[in-house]
Amino acid sequence: MDWVNAIVQGTLLGGLYALFAAGLSLIFGVMRLVNIAHGDLIVLAAYLGLTVVMATGLHPLLALVFVVPTMATIGYILQRGILNFTLGDDLLPPLLVTFGLSVIIQNGLLEMYSADPQKMNAGALETASFAMGSLSLGVLPVLTFAIAVVVIAGLQWMFYHTAIGRAFRAVSDNQDIAQLMGLNKRHIFGLAMALALGVTAIAGILLGIRTSFDPSVGGGRLIFGFEAVIIGGLGNLWGTLAGGVILGVAQTIGAKIDPGWQILAGHIAFLIVLAVRPQGLFPRVSG
Amino acid sequence: MRVTRTSSAASIAVIVGTIILIALIAAPWWAGRADMRLLGEIFLYLALASLWNLMAGYAGLVSVGQQAYVGFGGYMLFALTIFGGLPPLVAIAGAGVLGALIAVPVALLIFRLRGAYFAIGTWVMAEVFRLIFAQVSALGGGSGSSLPVDIVRSMAEGRDAREALSYWLALGIAVVVIAAVYLYLRSRQGLALTAIRDNELAAASLGIDIWRTKFVVYVVTGALTAMVGALIFLQKLRISPDAAFSVNDWTAFVIFIVVIGGIGTIEGPIIGTLVFFALRETLSDLGTVYLMVLGLVAIIVMLKAPKGIWGLVRARFDLQLFPLGYRVIQNKTDKD
Repeated sequence: MDWVNAIVQGTLLGGLYALFAAGLSLIFGVMRLVNIAHGDLIVLAAYLGLTVVMATGLHPLLALVFVVPTMATIGYILQRGILNFTLGDDLLPPLLVTFGLSVIIQNGLLEMYSADPQKMNAGALETASFAMGSLSLGVLPVLTFAIAVVVIAGLQWMFYHTAIGRAFRAVSDNQDIAQLMGLNKRHIFGLAMALALGVTAIAGILLGIRTSFDPSVGGGRLIFGFEAVIIGGLGNLWGTLAGGVILGVAQTIGAKIDPGWQILAGHIAFLIVLAVRPQGLFPRVSG
Repeated sequence: MRVTRTSSAASIAVIVGTIILIALIAAPWWAGRADMRLLGEIFLYLALASLWNLMAGYAGLVSVGQQAYVGFGGYMLFALTIFGGLPPLVAIAGAGVLGALIAVPVALLIFRLRGAYFAIGTWVMAEVFRLIFAQVSALGGGSGSSLPVDIVRSMAEGRDAREALSYWLALGIAVVVIAAVYLYLRSRQGLALTAIRDNELAAASLGIDIWRTKFVVYVVTGALTAMVGALIFLQKLRISPDAAFSVNDWTAFVIFIVVIGGIGTIEGPIIGTLVFFALRETLSDLGTVYLMVLGLVAIIVMLKAPKGIWGLVRARFDLQLFPLGYRVIQNKTDKD
């Protein structure tokens, strides 16, 4: 029963990892940009949430009303102001510029909030649980997983059923032709980054409610998100959710064997997938 | 018409470089203790930067996980001296050999990732190394361990002699790394590497084995980085997983050095190291603000002058201190 419990808890944890990964996956899909600062942006969102909660006394989940638009605005400005100038055939500029951003965000947070671990207080939600059979499920992990499913379903629907989604797919397929068809790719990229950071905001708030965080944890979140993307297969959002779940389950099972093994077990699961099936478990069929 | 590799600038660089090198070798007789420590650190960063530049600037392998080899080399120094009973100097060479051996399976795995995903894959690898070494209780687990005093004493008689030796080793590895990169890039293999950098498809159609060329660069870089790592922790005398596998210390700073100095040139890392340490010595009191400035400078350089300081110099004066390419020189008599 302990093992079933570990698997269920790991699955729910996977929802959080899928949220870390969704933004990463989205911007890679639209503009082939890999954002090294992604993890630090998640942490930034958590700190923004903390600030809103402390200033207004709102419940952390309600703080999303402020944090999501703020992060989306930051995303649009970041993309139009800096990242658009790095896109091209050369791999180095986007990588190194986002790496520089990562250092700036991390140390900026350190300067403003100090290195002390922080946590958002969500009151009764943190400890609430309900019984399902002989398992006891926390309300917060279940809620996180449900949010992840809704977010991914929403992104999926947006990509295939709306005008903006069509624009995303068009610039993803061929930037120049999309431009000829009257799309402003710089604006579309800005919107994609805004959307990605909106999702990141949700991930950051849920992270901040679930565990304590400090300015240095961004790199680890980037790695979890990245592993979820690769395990699931590039360009497939539902695959990313599956990847997050596999990573979460590997971690909880690892932690069950030895607490020191939790993170390592996740990395090992990732390396096994890389060795056996480098294209990921559910890659999008590419032409 | 004459085709030549050298230029008068390069000849002057050889002379000036030799004089500087001799002065540096003699540093134990003219420099203070603190200066020598700083110089030793500069040399080790110079070596790390030159190696990272070889991978990222020439082989197109952008790694944010070289701390894996720095930490691995450091830990191997400790393991080989404490448990293997080897003298430190032999252990440093041993760290290099083991670094190459471990780089082979790592490369087989992460070479499956392309481009930017390769970069994050290297980071995952470094995390795996860190977590594994944190589990090894014989080496102090998560809190780390110190190099026993008798091993440190066995290096040389007296503190001055030890510090001089440690300094020469740092200088030595920097010279060896730069010379190795220079000679490699001038060789047939180096030409293949440059061809791959300029156009992979064209290089492949000329019969260059791209995978193998990159693989060799990765493994050799891993070995040398492990040796640098061993030297870093020989200076520090203490190792812990967080210090050994620090992404900030061994990768972020190194990337800034190379980007600011000029990626894809041999001169770039040298200039970048000097700039980096000049900034650090003047601004490090600012703490986190200093790091933010560094990040900002790197972003601005990448956007406005992607070839770095040396790229600007070269565009203006057509200088090459380490001549890699060939140039055609028209003799005066040909003009008539």
